[in-house]
Amino acid sequence: MGEIDRRISYPLLWNRLLAIVEEQAQVLMRTAFSTVVREAGDLSAGVFDTRGRMLAQAVTGTPGHVNSMAEAVVHFLDAYPLRTLVPGDVLVTNDPWLATGHLNDFTVVTPVFREGVCVAVFASTSHIADVGGRGFGADAREVYEEGLRLPIMHLFRAGEVDQTLMQIVRANVRDPVTAEGDLYSLAACNYAGAQALLALYDDFPGLDLDDVGGYIIDTSKDAMLAEIDSLPRGSWRYAMTIDGYDAPLALCCRLSVTEAGIVLDFDGSAAASAYGINVPMAYTTAYASFAVRCIVGSDVPNNAGSLSVIEVRAPQGSVLNALPPCAVSARHSVGQMLPDVVLGCLDQVLPDRVPAEGASCIWNPVFLGDGFVINPIYNGGTGARADSDGLNTTAFPSGVRTTSTEVNELTSPLVIWRRELREGSGGEGRYRGGLGQVVEVGHRHGGVFEVSKMFDRVHHPARGRQGGGDGAAGSVHLKSGQPLLGKGRETVPAGDVLVLHTPGGGGLGDPEQRPAEAQASDRLGGYTPG
Amino acid sequence: MSTRLAVDIGGTFTDVVLDVGGVLHTTKVLTTYDDPARGVMQGVAQVMDAAGVQPLEVRLMLHGTTLATNALIERRGAHTAFLTTSGHRDVLEMALENRFEQYDVNVRRPEPLVPRHLRIPIRERLAANGDVLVPLDESDVLEAARQLEAAQVESVAVGFLHAYADPVHEDRVAELLTARLPGVAVTTSSAVCPEVREYERFSTAVANAYVKPLMSRYLDSLQAQLTSIGMCAPILLMSSGGGLTTLEAAKAFPIRLVESGPAGGAQLAAAHARREAWDHVLSFDMGGTTAKICLIDHGMPQLSRSFEIDRVYRFKKGSGLPVRIPVVEMVEIGAGGGSLAQVDRLDRIAVGPESAGSEPGPACYGLGGERPAVTDADLLLGKLRAEVFAGGTMTLDAERAESAVRRAVAQPLGLSTDDAAWGVSETVDENMALAARAHASEWGRSLDNRTMIAFGGAAPLHAANLAGKLRMSRVVVPPHAGVGSAVGFLLAPISFEVVRSEHVDLRSLHDNDVAVLLEHMRREARAVVADAAGDAALVECVRAYMRYVGQGFEVAVDVPASGEGLAGALRDAFEAVYRKLYGQVIPGQPVEVLSWTLSLATAASTPAEAMSTPTGGGGEPGRTRIYDGRQRREAPVYQRALLVPGIRYSGPALVEEVQTTTVVPVGWEFHADLRGQLILEVHS
Repeated sequence: MGEIDRRISYPLLWNRLLAIVEEQAQVLMRTAFSTVVREAGDLSAGVFDTRGRMLAQAVTGTPGHVNSMAEAVVHFLDAYPLRTLVPGDVLVTNDPWLATGHLNDFTVVTPVFREGVCVAVFASTSHIADVGGRGFGADAREVYEEGLRLPIMHLFRAGEVDQTLMQIVRANVRDPVTAEGDLYSLAACNYAGAQALLALYDDFPGLDLDDVGGYIIDTSKDAMLAEIDSLPRGSWRYAMTIDGYDAPLALCCRLSVTEAGIVLDFDGSAAASAYGINVPMAYTTAYASFAVRCIVGSDVPNNAGSLSVIEVRAPQGSVLNALPPCAVSARHSVGQMLPDVVLGCLDQVLPDRVPAEGASCIWNPVFLGDGFVINPIYNGGTGARADSDGLNTTAFPSGVRTTSTEVNELTSPLVIWRRELREGSGGEGRYRGGLGQVVEVGHRHGGVFEVSKMFDRVHHPARGRQGGGDGAAGSVHLKSGQPLLGKGRETVPAGDVLVLHTPGGGGLGDPEQRPAEAQASDRLGGYTPG
Repeated sequence: MSTRLAVDIGGTFTDVVLDVGGVLHTTKVLTTYDDPARGVMQGVAQVMDAAGVQPLEVRLMLHGTTLATNALIERRGAHTAFLTTSGHRDVLEMALENRFEQYDVNVRRPEPLVPRHLRIPIRERLAANGDVLVPLDESDVLEAARQLEAAQVESVAVGFLHAYADPVHEDRVAELLTARLPGVAVTTSSAVCPEVREYERFSTAVANAYVKPLMSRYLDSLQAQLTSIGMCAPILLMSSGGGLTTLEAAKAFPIRLVESGPAGGAQLAAAHARREAWDHVLSFDMGGTTAKICLIDHGMPQLSRSFEIDRVYRFKKGSGLPVRIPVVEMVEIGAGGGSLAQVDRLDRIAVGPESAGSEPGPACYGLGGERPAVTDADLLLGKLRAEVFAGGTMTLDAERAESAVRRAVAQPLGLSTDDAAWGVSETVDENMALAARAHASEWGRSLDNRTMIAFGGAAPLHAANLAGKLRMSRVVVPPHAGVGSAVGFLLAPISFEVVRSEHVDLRSLHDNDVAVLLEHMRREARAVVADAAGDAALVECVRAYMRYVGQGFEVAVDVPASGEGLAGALRDAFEAVYRKLYGQVIPGQPVEVLSWTLSLATAASTPAEAMSTPTGGGGEPGRTRIYDGRQRREAPVYQRALLVPGIRYSGPALVEEVQTTTVVPVGWEFHADLRGQLILEVHS
């Protein structure tokens, strides 16, 4: 680095690493086969030092992989220490307890060698549409029913793809082309990251990545601690009940601010469910710490340093720290509710900065029928914010996008007859909760089809805050009148139409204080009745 | 020799260039927002006086403008309504249902251009293959027409689901509305953007409708004013795709005029690349607020079909309104001479995207700016001379620059003012380098050994340092760099691009079907360009947007010349592109085409030799002292106009001209060539 001051050069190197992982994520999105990866962005990408410490993670992607992928890399390096790997080796697993929480998520790890020495590790995760078993859904009783489970193993050996593994994958999934294509796509994005990293050494001769990594981690940790230091010390509790599969589930959190950081303890939360909505610990950690990061230190990039100051605990055997062989396929329907619980605690620590509860878990029905499967994403409303209305039909905490109605109709015989804002569904308040949506889906030729549901807030709507009203609860029914359950697989009979009402977000503040102008505009646009 | 006029209306200045048989007369006047044609007429009068040319002598006028872009950003467009498929009223508002800033719970989304009460549902429905599921209910349309009349709507967009597959319902609605509401502009989504994905298509149609009345009024007024002084030359408009189009096409699809200035700049760089036979060029345009970088291979700017306007989070992908139009693909970065520097919470120097603009401007302008901008850092580093800024029309205040940098950067970090200024300059250059690398990688291009063509007021100050970061060894500053976009208009081809969503699996592709489709597209394109192009030969470019069956993103593939076995040729072409982008192909996986584009264009020009400024005369250089992060070195300052062509000098040095200064770092040498280009090369 010559005589150039590190206070100038190291931040520039940090930015380079952040740009490299964004590029890695972009390659993954552009080459992916699974719709939820390429259209919706259900993925993550990051670079690690040789000790397995995460140095940078792409912001593109979804919070469920925040630091669950980071922990996964540690498991990989335990199973295959770097000295046992050679250039061209690529490792893979989809074990829910070694990676990101359900079998659909495949994590791929690629060591990067320079002059024969491993200098860094790239990792990426994406959601592969089908992994066999019962298919993506909440109905399984054990993980064994949920599909193919790969321990940590080689995907490529010295540049050659492991054909035995590929054959096993192809033989076990409903859509072998997508699964195989996505595994290639994960390897390709790590390769792109590795090439960009190697170019960095040419631009910064004498680069010591471990030294830069130490700077990134220390700087991030210090920045987090400085912000935590400005918070009051103490413990705060918040609890929320959600629908669950067959019985309501209590989610309880105690948030403690200490000198060393923030501790989130989910003691008191419900026991594991008998169905596939259980959450492995890494996924609980991911969404719980995401919520903290939205309010505390939101400008500090994710890495081993910034993540180290947040500790998450949940009792073993609870729904938030479910152990094998619990079924976990639809773990997002519980995991994505956790930020509302954590935000409920934070609202007591930092009043006037935290949104009200929202729809939170994405509504991603899987539609299946003769020769087709599609998995669109329909969101509800977010909770009203401290200085503005909640967002209509927007994913939070998930980072995914929705998919196009036209594209869904091109790839299936379904017709989405209606998809528009659900009037009056936002909780009232000084700031209104975001609106949900109404979706009506039928078969073009009047055929039968099935729907696998992983929805929440059908019985437990998003609650308002500080006098704001609750958002409207969600609803699932047939147009002919029959109500359906929020979770599990059911049939839409020939000629009938499935109707989904996604939940609205909670309101914030006294509705009487809503400015007349905002009320008039709500009425003119039909956002609220009357 | 013909006399042509080029006018570029920018955010701050309107640039006017008069080309009299290859000799250029240029001027800059302030843009007149209340009536942009007034500024144009003022500038036109100035250059015609200077050149002693009469209006009648002008044979052609080329014009680009940011008016459409500004109307969209400032929401000053028409009172617009949107008629759409019943049950899908909120596509524009629901958008992609995402947050483009993951950790910001207070994130804002861009407001739709049409409010909900003016989004009117119409009963009708097509299936994905174009079959009619619900016939168009004309009584709904007539009722909507009454509502629009009552609401005094000026412009209407019509967007129905799957209209890209068959425009029958949209066309009928347009017919009914035109009959009922004369004077109201109508735009259909299938005409503006016949592509699958309803949000992007509707967004494009509505944006077009939103600017249509305003652009028509402006273009009519301009034409009338030009006619009134006796200038009857035809007017061609610069489009975002880098080609020129007729007044009529511009009035029908004004959305295609956004970003015409930057597209002109790209054409300038492309023209130099062609003349000098530089196969791989990066054009670098840096002004007061933003920098734009564009890749130009084999004399052609990189093109694409998507663009975002009005990004709520400046420069953040996904935070704006998408439009699907032909555009010169470039990356825009919040990095300009006015970009402000600060130290962030993590003790890192951060520069931009916030800009001091022209008011108050950088601290050194002495107009009340207190925060340090890139120009302040450049001044402190010795890259600008205070007394001769802007040709001596303005004196910069080094003391103000120094105190701003000291307060905002040096003191918080414990650095010397020199190091702090260097850190600011280095950070802005790194930001641009990061963006350039990401852009090249996104398009599967390499940056190594490109020639950089730099223009715009701030680019020559930063070009060589940026080039070094990107491993480029040659930088060219063309003549008239300060009005580069308008000069680029003079060099652009006349062109029009047609797009069709026509899904074809290569396994079932029939050569004849494709030939018929392309012939229809060819006729449509020819109808637009024929008048303006006259006898000029037309170059055809056909692209297929292809992917593996099952993927969701397409790559653009040049369609091989027709003949037998198109499917096989397309697959080979696709796999070549795919391998270049992503390293490896997927064996055995079927391939499909989602959409096709066909463009017809006249051959683009190359700058005439005489378009250059005469050089020569030598002269005694001035002196400056440049700080390079390690030490301050003595450096000569040359006047560009006085450089003797062909004589090589070594850096460090500055080369000054009226609108900019070129910095030549240590390790680089430079010379002016006979065509007036200033050429910097890494010392071999």
